[in-house]
Formats: sequence, structure tokens, C-alpha cells
Amino acid sequence: MSAKNPEYDFKWCPGCGDFSVRRALETAIERRRIETEQPPENNVVVAGIGCSGNLVHLLEGNQPYGFHGIHGRSLPIAMGVKMASPELNVLVVAGDGDFLGIGLEHIAPQAARNLDITVIVMDNAVYGLTKGQSSPTTSPGEVTPSTPFGKVEEAMDPLMLYLTMGVSFVASAISTKVKDMSQLISDAMDHPGFSIVHVQSPCTTYNDTYEQLKGNVKKGIEPMAWPVDEDHDPSDIESARSVAGSDGIPVGVIYRNQERETFHKRIEEIGFKTNPKTTDTLLKRYAI
Amino acid sequence: MRKDDFVVRFAGEGGQGVVTSAEGFAQASAQKGYHVQTFATFPSQIMGGPTWTQTRISTTKILSSGDELDVLVAFNQYAYDNHKDEVGDHGIIIYNSGEFELPDDGKSFGMSFDELAKSTGNSRAANMVVLGALAHLVKMAQATLEEFVVKRYTRGRPNDEEIIRSNCEALSLGRLEAEKSGFTVGELAATEPVEGDQLLINGNTALSLGAHAAGVDFYVGYPISPATTILVWMEQNLTGPGKFAHQASSELEAITSVLGAGFAGKKAMSATAGPGFSLMSEGLGLAWMAEIPLVIADIQRGGPSTGLPTKTEQSDLLSAMFPGHGDVRLPIIAPGSVEECFYAAVTAFNWAERYQGPVIILSEHALSERQQNIPRPALKDLVVQDRSVYSGENGYLRYEASEVSPMPIPGSVGSYVANGSEHDGMGDTTHRAERHIQMTERRFGKLALLEEDEYEAINPEAPVAIMPWGGSKGPAQAAFERLIADGADLGWCYTMFLHPLPPELLEELKKKDLVIVPELNYQGQFSTILRSYGVRAESITQITGLPFKVRDLVGRISEKVGADRREGVAV
Repeated sequence: MSAKNPEYDFKWCPGCGDFSVRRALETAIERRRIETEQPPENNVVVAGIGCSGNLVHLLEGNQPYGFHGIHGRSLPIAMGVKMASPELNVLVVAGDGDFLGIGLEHIAPQAARNLDITVIVMDNAVYGLTKGQSSPTTSPGEVTPSTPFGKVEEAMDPLMLYLTMGVSFVASAISTKVKDMSQLISDAMDHPGFSIVHVQSPCTTYNDTYEQLKGNVKKGIEPMAWPVDEDHDPSDIESARSVAGSDGIPVGVIYRNQERETFHKRIEEIGFKTNPKTTDTLLKRYAI
Repeated sequence: MRKDDFVVRFAGEGGQGVVTSAEGFAQASAQKGYHVQTFATFPSQIMGGPTWTQTRISTTKILSSGDELDVLVAFNQYAYDNHKDEVGDHGIIIYNSGEFELPDDGKSFGMSFDELAKSTGNSRAANMVVLGALAHLVKMAQATLEEFVVKRYTRGRPNDEEIIRSNCEALSLGRLEAEKSGFTVGELAATEPVEGDQLLINGNTALSLGAHAAGVDFYVGYPISPATTILVWMEQNLTGPGKFAHQASSELEAITSVLGAGFAGKKAMSATAGPGFSLMSEGLGLAWMAEIPLVIADIQRGGPSTGLPTKTEQSDLLSAMFPGHGDVRLPIIAPGSVEECFYAAVTAFNWAERYQGPVIILSEHALSERQQNIPRPALKDLVVQDRSVYSGENGYLRYEASEVSPMPIPGSVGSYVANGSEHDGMGDTTHRAERHIQMTERRFGKLALLEEDEYEAINPEAPVAIMPWGGSKGPAQAAFERLIADGADLGWCYTMFLHPLPPELLEELKKKDLVIVPELNYQGQFSTILRSYGVRAESITQITGLPFKVRDLVGRISEKVGADRREGVAV
């Protein structure tokens, strides 16, 4: 949506972390446009369902193509787009419920394929649009409308999960640091392979975690977020696991494996090895 | 006695050569110029289990796999016990005396399939022993089968010669045993080779070839009986630059990646069966809502749930037409023969491109496995259509018009949001009532683009007509011809376009006192649809997991025609 559309009446709540994610993404797309000289229409943003999915309608400036699909299925839709036209820059925007709850089953296959797309996960540890139910990243014991006696399950650890599944680029960000986040999104888009930028994007209405993330000196609250050490070697999986496994929220590139071939490259190689078959040739095989 | 038509059933355990015997017999006969059709049914397991196949050969076009057997080949006792009653009055039973013995009953003879095969030095030639015996029973020349063996086993391998020799010897040994028995079922009438180039092919291969001819670019599927052969075919043959065929991690992944590819401008497809189709229903709703061309083939099997994975049924019609929630009514093409499987796929892609939405091909197990000779499709006469593509400026309102509008392709100007939520012209979400009304009318209005004017109608003046759909077409047509020959005043209507129906056909149907719909489901799904259009329709149903027998249909249609026509017909 390049200009205000009176028909489109969806609003994020004031202070929502997703505003910053949108800004970071817009900046990264614009930077890519200038660097690659490719038109904005070369970008496709595939969105899931939830507050996060509305990002695709709220983007300002030059408009990429958008696909606002069904809950949890943004990854395979993105695979269809990417494998149909590998020259496109394909992005997925999803929330923690969309990506790690209903859509979890789609992460491992794309990690195994090393599908060359970039995912931005907006994690607010809550189902916001349906008014505050618990999500896979909600902490155990948390009382929400759907966990009146406290959440029974453990919280999922998304970064460890991505590493275990073999995602070839994993970064972690918080929505308050827009510039860092935007650079991480650019790095992810530049990465040849499956890249995920996992963003802590607080929900001011149902799960306001700004204070915990940033800390509050006056109240004596230590910030949860901390920058990934400059010495950290993202190509070292053991080191990546150690960063991901540390307390709090690391901000920076956690893992980057550029050795792996992308899915479309491998498919292209097979394509070059096999001759295209005409229908006529194929029909001949079945001649009596 | 000369016979124009010959039906043989091979029954035994999976792996005994039941399938290769039936297909070999069909192939040898097809090469000689006969019309052929096979049928196969087996349990859902990797190896073994009671399996049977049937081959029919004829001097004229074949409509069904045949009711009465001229020959039953029983590979074991269980097969004999379960199939002997299907043998006609003059039929013969060949049984495997290596497995069991029968008393002399004047219509059967035994030979040890495996020992005879072993004596040739090739223990895998049991099927050739059987074919040799069969050839004697129908007085098929030894040379015909030998030619077939030479053609099949000339594969450029060092042991070709030895394999050909042992198989030919197996043919002779089988023939000798049949000669010794003294039986014959009559001489198969000589035939003029079928006119024009012919293919010997099954329904799923025909469907795959049709998709290929229509220009399919992108195929993603998940293994499921009886659609797996389409996935395998595509992975082998949809190759080269710009083409993509791949196995998904689920039908959810299959339908949604096909959605992504259709959105990105490709001709995209998946094939599945009932359980997978159920998983695809949300994606199909999205394709309808966001107006994305794609083709899904549902190769029906017995349902509901896991149901009968390797048996045939026509019980997915309602779920194919109304796959998900909300106001949706998907276009459906249901091929009625192996040949129609090819053209159904071509038309399905043309429809998807023309109205920009999902199209369902409704085939079924019996068609998917059936080998049949069909005329080679004339590719130069095929009409292949492509979607109208947007080529204007940015700021395009892709969904604004009241009819189908050019589709922008990612990478080119005209960016918009394909949206599963109700949307405005740009694709942005809206809740306005007038928009929902406008867009719903737009989506349903596009279906008019798919109204075809071709359909089959015989005896259009008759007050009662028979109108089968899908794979029940063949047996229904054979029954119809028999009833007409007996002097019945009966009409015939048929189309593979189940939705939308050709409008002229629908008008004709509405004039009938009764439309009889033979269909393989419990509820009478197609007659339910027809009644909702105001057609006085009643079903003849069967849920045995097998296709209709012609004689059963003849009897049941006669009963219906004889009954008070209007009584009990809800309009």
C-alpha cells in the first residue's frame, strides 16, 4: 500500500514492535534496490496470518509484490514463488504463532533444501490478534486468557531450534534497535540460502516486554538483550550454539554457513544435466 | 467358433506374476492390432496379498473390463475359491498345480507354473508359461507372442538372447500343456489393426502427458495411492531449464507451493487422493479467493478418511466442488476413459489460465491403473491457452474489474497483494459489505468463462436418460447400448465437465422425466447436485470398491425405467 488507503482499516497498537520491523525492512529493501539496481517489483513479501502478516499491506514507499496467504503456510508459498522464479528476492514475514506454532512443520524441509529466501519472525510471545493467548515462546507459568492456571508447556527456544534444523543463516534482533535490525535483514538477504532473522517485537497490549529487553537502570532491571561478541565466529556451529544457548537475547549474526549450495542452484544443475523433453518424444514411448 | 471378444482374469498373490501376465497379454494383443483394456485391484501392502488383474481383448472398442470370464488363471487355491464363480458357462480355468490340485471338473486344467518356468532355466518366466497356454486357448499364433517377447527383452544387455530364448521356451511349454488338456475357448477373430497410431497407456500416464502437452511448468506432490505414479512421472519427465518437479513434505506444502508458483506466473499442478485432497482444502479456498491459476488432480479411492486406498470409488465429488469453508464452488473435470484423462488435463490448465483460479481433475483408481489402447493425441490440433498478463504501469488495481482481469507477474510492474482475506482492487484487506458482495460476484461470475458447448447426447427425445460421470462412463455406455439393442426408449447424456455443466446440456436434462446417474458412492453425489439445479435425477449407486458390471447396470436401469418415473424423484 503505497499511500493511505481508507478501505484498509487495520491498525497496529501504538508502540507495537512491528512498526520498527516494517521500517527496518523498508530500509533494507530500498538499500537492496540501490545496490542491485533491481526494481522493487523484484521483491516478493509472503505473509502469514496475525498482526505480523499485516505488515505486507502497511509497507510504505516502492511496493514489492505481496502474498497474504493462510496461517502457517508462508514458507511453502515462498518456496513456490522462489522455485518458479529464482531471480526474485523472496521474503517471509511471520509471527511466533504463525511460524513456530501452526507453521513449524515447514521449517525443517526448507532448512534441508537451503531454500534461498529470508524470513523475518516477529516474536511477541503471544497471539495478539486473537487477544492475548499463549504462544510457543510464551514462558511457562504465564497466565493468559487460554492459560488461566498458567502456561503448562515449556517455552520453545527458536534460535536453538533453527540451528538444530540446519538453517544456514540465523540472526537475532530486537525491535528497538532498528538500524541493527535493518542491517541484519540486509545480511540475511545477501546470504545465499535459507536465512532467518528472529526479532523480539513486543506487543504493547498483551505482552509488553520493552523494559525487560532494554532494562531499566532506575528499577535495577538488567537488559535481556546483549550484543553478540565481535570475536564470535558465525561460521562455527559450536560457537553459534553457545551464543544461542546463553541467557537473554543475543543481538547479531549467530550462524552463517556459506558453504552450502542453495536449493535452486542444485535444481538448476540437475536441469542442465537433463534434456528438456517434448510431449511428442514422451508420447512415442507409449506407442504400440 | 470365432470370438470377437475375450476376457481373462489372473488371480493370485502379489509378486506371482499376476500383473505382468495381464499386461503382457494386453501388450502382445495390442501389437497385433486388437483393442485392449486391463484392470487391476490389489491390497494396500508392499508385497503379497490377494491380487487380481483382468485383460480384455476385442476386435472393437472396449467400454468395460468385462463381466464374465472366458478364462480364469488361478495362481493359488484362494484365488480359485474367490473367482471361480465369475467364469462364464463356456469358460476355462487354468490353475497352478504347483500350488494346489483340483478334481477333474470338465472345465479346468492344471500345470505347475513355476516348475515349467524353472525348467527353461529362467524361474521368472512363469507369466510366459501362462501366456503360452492362453494363446493356445484362443488360437493366437505362437509368432505373435514371440514377437512380443523379442520386442520386450531386446534391451541391449549381454543376456538379452538368453532371456528371449527362455521366455520363448516358456511360451511353448505352456502352449503344450494347454494342447494336452484338449480345451479351447474358440478362435479369436482376426482383426484389422486399429486405425491410426495407438498408444498403450494407463489413466495416470495419460493425465500426466496431457498436463505436459498443456505446458505444465511446476509440479509438487506428496506420495499417496493412487496418485503417486503422477508424481514419479513428473519427477522423471518434467525436467530442463524453467521446469520444476519435486516431492513435498506434505500435501499442505504441495498445495501452498503450487499456489506460490501459480502466483509467480507458472502453470502449476499437484495430484493427490482423498486424504491429501482434504488437507489441500484450505489452500484451494485461498486459490479461489486470491484468483491464482492452478490444477489439482484428485485420483479418487474409497473413503472417507484412509478408507480403501487401493480400491475405486467416486465419492469425492462434493468435497471437490466445495472443498473448504465459505462460498466456493470449484470447476471440475472428470474424465471417463483413459483417453479423456489426457484431454481433461489439457482443458483443466486452459480453464485455470482462462478464469484465473483452481481447477479440479476428478479421476479415480480404476482409471489410474487401467492400461488401454488410445489413439495418439494429435498435438498440432491441441488448443493450449495462457493467462492474460498485465503489462501496464504500477498502481494497477488487479481485482477492481467485475470480470477476469490481466494478472501481473512478480518481477514485472503491477505489484499488488494476493490476499486470502476479502480485499479491495489492490488486494488490501477490507471488511466492507459492498466489497465482499462485489468480489464474491466477481469470483462466481468468472465461472461463465468455462461453459463449454460440447457434450454427448443420444436419443435426445427420450423422456428418460442415463447420465454417468467419470469412470462409470464405460460400463454405463455398454449397458446403454445393450438396452437400446433390446428396444428400450432411453436417452444418453454425458460430459466430463461436471462444473460448470455445458448450459445446453443442463437445459436438456431439465426436460427429462428422469435422469439416471450410475455412480460409485453411497449418497448419490452427482444426482444430488443435479437435483439442486432442478433436474429429476436419481442415482444407481455401488460401493464395492470395484467398477460397475455391465449386466448389473442393465438390470438396475431396467428396474428404474420400469418403475413409476416421477414417484420418489425429489425436484
